[in-house]
Amino acid sequence: MDLRLTPEEIEFRNEVRAFFRSALPSDIRRKTELGQRISREELVRWQQILNKKGWATPAWAPEWGGTGWDAVKQYIYKEELHMAPAPEPLSFNVNMIGPTLIAFGSEEQKKHFLPRIANLDYWFCQGFSEPGSGSDLASLRTTAVRDGDHYVINGQKLWTSTAHHANWCFCLVRTDPKAKKQEGITYLLMDMKTPGITVRPIITLDGNHETNEMFLDNVRVPVANRIGEENKGWDYAKYLLGHERSGIARVGVSKYRVRRAKELAAKVDSGGRPLSEDPQFRQKVAALEVELKALEMTQMRLIAEIARKQTNKADPKASILKLKGSELQQLATELLMDVAGYNAMEFDGEFLRGMTETAAGDDWALTIAPNYYFARHVSIVGGSNEIQRNILAKTILGL
Amino acid sequence: MNFDLTDEQSMLKDSVERLLAERYDFDKRKNYLATADGWSRDMWQAYAEMGLLGLPFAEADGGLGGGPVDTMIIMEAIGRGLVLEPYLATVVLGGGLLRAAGSAKQRSELIPAILGGELLLAFAHAEAHSRYDLADVQTTAKRDGTGWILNGKKRFVLHGDVAQKLVVSARVAGNRRDRNGLALFLVDADAQGVSRRGYFTQDRLRAADIELSNVRVEAENVLGEPGSSLPLIERVTDEAIAALCAEAVGAMARAHEITVEYLKSRKQFGVTIGSFQALQHRAVDMLVLVEQARSMAYFATMMASETDAEERSKSISAAKIQIGKSAKFVGQQAVQLHGGIGVTEECHAGHYFRRLSMIEVLFGDTDHHLANLARSTGLVSA
Repeated sequence: MDLRLTPEEIEFRNEVRAFFRSALPSDIRRKTELGQRISREELVRWQQILNKKGWATPAWAPEWGGTGWDAVKQYIYKEELHMAPAPEPLSFNVNMIGPTLIAFGSEEQKKHFLPRIANLDYWFCQGFSEPGSGSDLASLRTTAVRDGDHYVINGQKLWTSTAHHANWCFCLVRTDPKAKKQEGITYLLMDMKTPGITVRPIITLDGNHETNEMFLDNVRVPVANRIGEENKGWDYAKYLLGHERSGIARVGVSKYRVRRAKELAAKVDSGGRPLSEDPQFRQKVAALEVELKALEMTQMRLIAEIARKQTNKADPKASILKLKGSELQQLATELLMDVAGYNAMEFDGEFLRGMTETAAGDDWALTIAPNYYFARHVSIVGGSNEIQRNILAKTILGL
Repeated sequence: MNFDLTDEQSMLKDSVERLLAERYDFDKRKNYLATADGWSRDMWQAYAEMGLLGLPFAEADGGLGGGPVDTMIIMEAIGRGLVLEPYLATVVLGGGLLRAAGSAKQRSELIPAILGGELLLAFAHAEAHSRYDLADVQTTAKRDGTGWILNGKKRFVLHGDVAQKLVVSARVAGNRRDRNGLALFLVDADAQGVSRRGYFTQDRLRAADIELSNVRVEAENVLGEPGSSLPLIERVTDEAIAALCAEAVGAMARAHEITVEYLKSRKQFGVTIGSFQALQHRAVDMLVLVEQARSMAYFATMMASETDAEERSKSISAAKIQIGKSAKFVGQQAVQLHGGIGVTEECHAGHYFRRLSMIEVLFGDTDHHLANLARSTGLVSA
């Protein structure tokens, strides 16, 4: 057991850091630093820079464009990305549909989709959730009826984040209404230009348009765009959800926020001295740093454990990462709220989207409350933390 | 970075766990507690035979040349078994000081006796007023010819009631809290002027208050450089904290297991109480805290041998903070989920709770280490 980075790993870290320093466009870096939303154009530009370097999809199987890095190197890469700070490549593409296609897609599908997914030529959104099916995803009711070489889809999807940017959607539909709820579901890839799709914005607490509801009215999807077998979609989705959970600790994001909070606290006056010198504030920071360090180690341990078992199955322990990771992401946004104090009060939706510059020097504070509000979703999305506790109670504790 | 144990370490883990499984169930433990020492001399011999007592000592000194990971493995097993024997006092603390500062003569005289299980050590450092300030020592050592005369009172000397040799800290110069001016002395427990009062601690381990009244110590029994021992004391204390973190992880993991077993067997309203979601979620929160604690125990193990003292100190503090937080929640909830039986001596969970609570206050509680970490540059650098 040696928890230190090896000289080779340190060298790798320096290489990654140097690459991000030189390759990350300064406008995108600035927006990420300020906690502003990244536009479609900006994310495409950034992901294509990464993809050109071969680094957009490190975790994929090497024959499909992965880097072949071990878990430690992937972790280093992620952390450096977050600390740069750079936006993550589109998670729907890189962490979700990509790995699903690699595991269950046909050769043809892989050849067609994977390069376009990696390069963000295809922007995927996720059509899983529906009104009425929140954490109980398998209760979904959108139907797909076979008509020759097509499925005809009718229903409604909810929380289709970035659907307004997307040109593709991976979705779950019910193909056998009589089967047990998990057994009648099919997994389809849907071109967003297909007639019958209507996307309507949902404005979240941060005042921003990130997510949507999506109406499907006789949408015809070629059978060729089905992943795997009919009625087996739930199995493929479960695989995906496991991946979603292990990526969701996002320790680097929280670490970056803590670092940002410390930097900003040095500039904020609090009773005649910088807030960063206030012992109470420092203890709050220290307490969060401890939890983050512990989570970082827990994450590495779980990754190592999963690698040792050499299975492709999602480890239920990944729920620990989801649970703790989301709590700490939220705590980090709270810490930034503490730093901002009353400076967080002004609402400026345009600034949040990076559409405007402000004249005042305290523009750093404008995104802090919206990000605090928005971060509440991380303990809800992808199976709420209460669902994660149910999973852990059942699978790990046998209750 | 890797988390794998070597083959030797896996074997060590298996054999310690097996030994304790066979010879340290709760009834046997109760019998050990009832002896005059409050622990088992037979078990101590068994540890000696297994090589546990010599593990961290250098091969040149007759030891096995083990490292912090080996100590972690043993301490975790000690935690699981709520082991009563003076491993921390003799091997980690006393032995640690000897390893770090003992002269060739001191090492060759004492280490073989420790290895064989004949010699017990204790570290007499804390005083009634010092709380967690390691520099706050009022016991004095005054030159007397070639030797020294020691006067003062030590409190909470872990297993100080049975140790034949004490490592005593005393001030040779400076004022009460000065960083300079501390020295360490090897003192025979039966030397003239040493009196001690042994007692059980809340977790039913043993400790002693020790009074030194004009105790003469020869120059050859000075440990390290007189006047500049504080960095050494800090280092060995940090090693002991890392060991305690591992012990705490063993204890809380076992307390959690016992609790989950109880949830599966205890019936109320015609069903096992583990079917209630409120209790399931509590058990999961305990699990998460055990895992977080385990991660930080690893971190402490790794950082205990860090040569940069500042880096080491803040890392050890970070570990102790997590351990304290996890220990408190897991210990308290282990009792809570057992219901009424949980607050009785009969219930094993409560014994773990008691030990975990004492670990929390040993060598600095959570607030102390939080303050220490908060004074530093922290773990996330700018």
